[in-house]
Amino acid sequence: MKVAVASGKGGTGKTTVAVSLALALGGSVPIQFLDCDVEEPNGHLFLKPVYTREEEVTLLVPEIDENKCNYCGTCAKICNFNAIAVAGRKVLVFPELCHGCGACSRFCPEGAIREVPFRIGVVASGRAGSIEMVEGRLDIGKPLAPPVIKAVKKHAQPDKDVIIDAPPGTSCPVVAAINGSDFCLLVTEPTPFGLYDLKLAVEVTRELGIPCGVIINRSTSTDGDVEKYCYQEGIPVVLKIPFDQRYAACYAQGHPLVLKFPEWIPAFKELWQRIVGMVKKGV
Amino acid sequence: MKIAVTAQGPSLEASVDPRFGRCSYFVIAGPDGEIIEAIPNDGVAAGGGAGISAAQLLINKGIEVLLTGQVGPNAMRVLQSAGIKIYQTAVSTVKAALEELKEGKATPLSGATVGPHFGWGRGGRQF
Repeated sequence: MKVAVASGKGGTGKTTVAVSLALALGGSVPIQFLDCDVEEPNGHLFLKPVYTREEEVTLLVPEIDENKCNYCGTCAKICNFNAIAVAGRKVLVFPELCHGCGACSRFCPEGAIREVPFRIGVVASGRAGSIEMVEGRLDIGKPLAPPVIKAVKKHAQPDKDVIIDAPPGTSCPVVAAINGSDFCLLVTEPTPFGLYDLKLAVEVTRELGIPCGVIINRSTSTDGDVEKYCYQEGIPVVLKIPFDQRYAACYAQGHPLVLKFPEWIPAFKELWQRIVGMVKKGV
Repeated sequence: MKIAVTAQGPSLEASVDPRFGRCSYFVIAGPDGEIIEAIPNDGVAAGGGAGISAAQLLINKGIEVLLTGQVGPNAMRVLQSAGIKIYQTAVSTVKAALEELKEGKATPLSGATVGPHFGWGRGGRQF
């Protein structure tokens, strides 16, 4: 089964939840932890894996053959991302803006464009105890996260339970991270920001047809608005983690919640069983 | 000689738009300051590469001189490759900018004045 942990708002506790789930289950079943928050992967800070393999992620970007080019400007016109400009008798390519769609080379009437690999990040893989870990890292200054996320997800094995730590937000990287999951855990906090972004995240999961459940982190007596929303929308609140300074300190020291507070292990195991049940029932 | 001025409106009285790639309009004028045309800048809403697309537009229009506020590194590369002369102006209206150029008081630019994404309006990235 493949479960993604997303949130909408950043800093609500995605990694806390994803890491805790992986560690709570890791002893008994084969688990893969995919860190798809490739702009700032942080699962490794808690799981402390040993990475044994690193592969480059590249994008195919245009290279102009100046001998064949007649500066007609078709490539610049067709590029949806302004990655090519034709200035007189010079063609300027901006690979960091390129999405690798290949339209320029496909439509160049002179056949003057070939596609060459351009590095945008790496995927590291290894182990953290019994947990198999894969982490994507987008290179600094490269804006295109989805290809790196997809490269991470290629490592997912169908016979294993896969936990995906998704990036925050609701844009392309989140869609790339959670797409194809059996279930999506949405971690929120009981604040107006948390709720606002939760609503957006719920819309994304619905658009993708992924069932979801909500975890309220830093839960206090002010959970009401989030609970009311979830009730109205028929979304189960599957776990609440109380607002506790000890948990914050534990996180700040780089300790996984379930290792420092093992009383949480049964809660995460139960959570997993509940998700399995919901997915099987097709909720 | 065709001169382009980045502007917030389509007229000589419009304010100069200090952003290049994400300006509202390009007011295109002749050597004596007469308006040839005013083009709305589609690049305002571009996801990325607004400066590049704006520079390409000016190249396609045969512009030789640009008057603007700030130019980022990508746009500067394209404009310079096409040999477009760039002047920085801080005056308020398109008309005043054209007069400043005519009197030889405009400041020529030879490099980017701001980092990428300046025109997003959040101060952009700093050098």
